[in-house]
Amino acid sequence: MIAYIGFFLILLAFLNALILISSKPLLSKVMPDYGSVILSSSKLLFPLILFSFISLIISFLTNDFSLKYVSSNSNSLLPYYYKISATWAGHEGSMLLWCLVLSFWTFMASVYSKDLDTDFRLKFLSIMGLLNIGFLAFLIFTSNPFEKNLSIPIDGRDLNPLLQDFGLIVHPPMLYMGYVGLSVVFSFAVTCLLKNDFKPEWAKWIRPWALMSWSFLTLGIALGSWWAYYELGWGGWWFWDPVENASFMPWLITTALIHSLITCEQKSMFKNWTILLSIIAFSLSLLGTFLVRSGILTSVHSFANDPARGAFILLFLAIITGSALILYLKNSPKMNDKTSFNFFSKESFFLINNILLVTATFTILLGTMYPLVLDILGLEKISVGVPYYNSVFLPLMIPLVFLAGYIPILFLSKKVKSHGQSKYFFISFIIIVLISLLGHSLFDVYNLSIFIGFFLFAWITLNLIYDFISKLISTGSIRFFFKNIGMFMAHLGLALFVIGATVVENNKTEKEVIMNLSEKLDVGGYSFEFVDINENMGPNYSSVIGHFRVYINNEFITDMYPEKRLYNSSEMPMTEAGIDPGFKRDLYITLGTMIDQDKWSVRIYHKPLIRFIWIGAIMMALGAILSVLMKRRNIKVVN
Amino acid sequence: MKKRTLRIYYISFILVLLSLLFFMFIKTFNDNLLFYRSPSQITNSEFPDNYVFRVGGVVLDGSLIKSKDTMNVKFVITDYEQNLDITYTGILPDLFREGQGVVIRGKLGDDGVFYAEEVLAKHDETYMPPEVLDSLKNNKEALNKTTESMKIYK
Repeated sequence: MIAYIGFFLILLAFLNALILISSKPLLSKVMPDYGSVILSSSKLLFPLILFSFISLIISFLTNDFSLKYVSSNSNSLLPYYYKISATWAGHEGSMLLWCLVLSFWTFMASVYSKDLDTDFRLKFLSIMGLLNIGFLAFLIFTSNPFEKNLSIPIDGRDLNPLLQDFGLIVHPPMLYMGYVGLSVVFSFAVTCLLKNDFKPEWAKWIRPWALMSWSFLTLGIALGSWWAYYELGWGGWWFWDPVENASFMPWLITTALIHSLITCEQKSMFKNWTILLSIIAFSLSLLGTFLVRSGILTSVHSFANDPARGAFILLFLAIITGSALILYLKNSPKMNDKTSFNFFSKESFFLINNILLVTATFTILLGTMYPLVLDILGLEKISVGVPYYNSVFLPLMIPLVFLAGYIPILFLSKKVKSHGQSKYFFISFIIIVLISLLGHSLFDVYNLSIFIGFFLFAWITLNLIYDFISKLISTGSIRFFFKNIGMFMAHLGLALFVIGATVVENNKTEKEVIMNLSEKLDVGGYSFEFVDINENMGPNYSSVIGHFRVYINNEFITDMYPEKRLYNSSEMPMTEAGIDPGFKRDLYITLGTMIDQDKWSVRIYHKPLIRFIWIGAIMMALGAILSVLMKRRNIKVVN
Repeated sequence: MKKRTLRIYYISFILVLLSLLFFMFIKTFNDNLLFYRSPSQITNSEFPDNYVFRVGGVVLDGSLIKSKDTMNVKFVITDYEQNLDITYTGILPDLFREGQGVVIRGKLGDDGVFYAEEVLAKHDETYMPPEVLDSLKNNKEALNKTTESMKIYK
């Protein structure tokens, strides 16, 4: 019963979206107040889809196995929190989540666009409505989560054990918030093109939306990385898997967008470029959806394998991106923003930042799409190895991160010259080199990468401090700090990320060995003793749990319990890593297979500073949010 | 005049640099492509010695041999036309089973044995890697056999 209501609500939402887009051409003649129809229908979408989503959650909680989607993704033994998160674990439900998030952003765009010109606002919301229609049609015609089973099974097939995890509860909603938030930026850019209107103020209006989407994308990607780290049992945090790439490409482009928007707003430059970036960012997130949802990729994420779905998204992608790009070619602002271009200026460094980010995106796009294209043409089955990404992507990132530290100084470049502060700059450079050497020596190896990592970390951090102090001296107040706190924090997050990534990749220890009971093994300065192994029963699985004691210099530190599970309903084995997390290092153990009685193959890893990767990402995301909040407060103060 | 020659030098320097970078980029890309072959597509002469590529197929029932005191394993994969011996040292993925489709990265030895560096099996009990499925498609009988053997394990 509840499922019928859910489906009915989806149909209502679809109808509502149709009203939203057709009221301008149909009603504007007969009804002068057609604008209010657009405004209310753009707000109504969200509650309609939300209640439909809730009814799907209820179907999961009440074990309504008459629904195909519920019976293939849940089981009566599944704990209730996984039943809730199973709502977005499979294809159909995650598309419903996608629609929900899209309607949420439409709602927000409708509420927070009062300060826009009325005609502009209505056009903008209609474009958002058009996107809603596309995805609702996709949901209704190819991936209906409320589809009934022909015969009702006694119990469900169960949720894929890999997805029975906290990571699933948070990773997809965050990522989708980011992906779909870019639709606001996209619709706005397209409206600008339609109206042929490129006031510098629009850059100011669009920036918070780009920042919020970027923040969610950052969190979503970081959560995905963390989840893969502890759940897949390989102990890696990034695999250059096509699906990861699919989420990383819009992230890189949005990073470029955030920076070019600043120049757009302050100097009224790069307008063309910024509009193009806005279009590409959302197109890449559509491409990501296509890659993940069409099932043409070999990945943890490809559950569904339905060519009709792939074709639909591909068609949608072609229409949306194609028409936006044609519009761009026709109406893009004339290149009259040619001003004198000083190389040592903020603009030119933002330009380099953009070139590096776009080049990086292109190299990833090539590595992700080339194998697919060859496969579709039936020429060859290939895949692109991880070394490609490392050797192409990293050299691009080093100058980029270097620039992130240089920009705060540039803000002051004129003052620096006039106040003769260049000697402080020289001193700080020496301090940076010293810090890098010191940090490097902590890790007992002579490694250029770790040195570069520490150098970039010290470079960014000291430049931020330097920037802070000199601004404090020159303005005599601390207000600027609150204005720039978001930028400080995000760049500091980047610095922490860089240090985490370089240290863990260059100083980790990974051992794959056979251990007997009570045998000891040294890994990364720690001694691991295999104490015991016992059988155990979980709510919907049985397992064996190993017991390890960890010592450092014969002093006991902690117990660790890696686990191997066998899920009842699917007979599927799963490795649950035993992890001892720490600020300075993670210890990581997974059980392999039983070789003999009391003899197991195990993986034992020592991962120094790996937490910095996610701490850095969280700081970047928080920085972006703070930046939005502070900007809003500032605008209010001015008014 | 002097300014103009300078500019020509400048532009040609940038062009040379860019083409050098582009060349290095293409080379890196090419060096890191991993080709995929099914057992019946493998010929000894196609790739140079020690060339890394990927093979895929179904793990033959009863072919898995585990060592009692090392992490060495041996098994046979098949596309039901040709078999290929695999040796691997390390922990096999959770979902590695006989009758399951797997994709393996490694090198072909002179002895005709494939030395695996990485074994991939998918985290879904009904899963068959698309590459493996494709190479089985031209042989309908093989496909039936595979789906049957997968049902046993389900």
